[in-house]
Amino acid sequence: MIDKRFKIANKIFKSRLIVGTGKYKSFSECAKAIKTSGADIVTVAVRRVNISNKNKARLMDYIDPNKITYLPNTAGCFTAEDAIRTLRLAREIGGWKLVKLEVLGDKKNLFPEMIETLRSTELLTKEGFKVMVYCNDDPLMAKRLENAGAVAIMPLAAPIGSGLGIQNKVNIKIIRKQTKLPLIIDAGIGQASDASIAMELGCDGVLINTAIAKAKNPSQMAEAMKLAVISGRKSYLSGRINPNLFGSASTTNKGII
Amino acid sequence: MNIKNKIKITVNGKQMQIIPKFTLKSLITKLKMPLNKIAIELNKKIIDKNRISKIRLKKGDKIEIVHFIGGG
Repeated sequence: MIDKRFKIANKIFKSRLIVGTGKYKSFSECAKAIKTSGADIVTVAVRRVNISNKNKARLMDYIDPNKITYLPNTAGCFTAEDAIRTLRLAREIGGWKLVKLEVLGDKKNLFPEMIETLRSTELLTKEGFKVMVYCNDDPLMAKRLENAGAVAIMPLAAPIGSGLGIQNKVNIKIIRKQTKLPLIIDAGIGQASDASIAMELGCDGVLINTAIAKAKNPSQMAEAMKLAVISGRKSYLSGRINPNLFGSASTTNKGII
Repeated sequence: MNIKNKIKITVNGKQMQIIPKFTLKSLITKLKMPLNKIAIELNKKIIDKNRISKIRLKKGDKIEIVHFIGGG
């Protein structure tokens, strides 16, 4: 079965794996992991420049925004106003319109604040941004985000950075059934099998940061995630067998001695 | 220039002293910031980077200079 292209806001991307650039030991380790991951989109954050250390290395010196799509996020934002301010600044740095909206509601569990997230989606869409939205795994809220103009629905698998894997497969499947928008699992992936499961549920992509950045060998884990996403996607497209409570012999009894 | 004539501004949360009529462009040059990798806010308004040589800084101005860092 030939796969359809992975398209977000009318732009085609080669890889269904999106990689975060936070939490790495160094920029060079981050750049190496991104290379082995095969990702062509990376998430980035907007923060103050360190004015007292002018020679400090910059992310853009290691990861070329002309070769890889920077997806600016709104990490650390707790209101729609914060998120909009951050993304306007991101747009000013490089003219990016494709953005990842992430409005959090609680510093401990890092769950998305969905009322503010919905409001931000509406406002940013009106401003011409193409908004990929980090959200909870609630199908009703996913629908509202879609109606508000989101270009991708990105439900969490589990809390950000938790590595717990997909906690509510049923909701992810329901969201898959109801939306034609790109559905991308964002947050909570712990290991390669989690990424495969996400793809087997019918997701269009997976966004991973901590599971790669904090692995003992980030570059190798990045490759594992790449293969897991490809594998899970192929498995999904191939049409799995129906699960059966009882056994079914692989060898015929015909000709048995 | 006498130090008494200097005016105070805030850049990324830190106080700085500059001479009057110092432009935003002079500030960016002084801080050695690569213009194509940053965005600038002056008193919470985003500044068009093509216009920074025309903007003269005033006492109490709050400037934010941001760039991209690693994030998820």
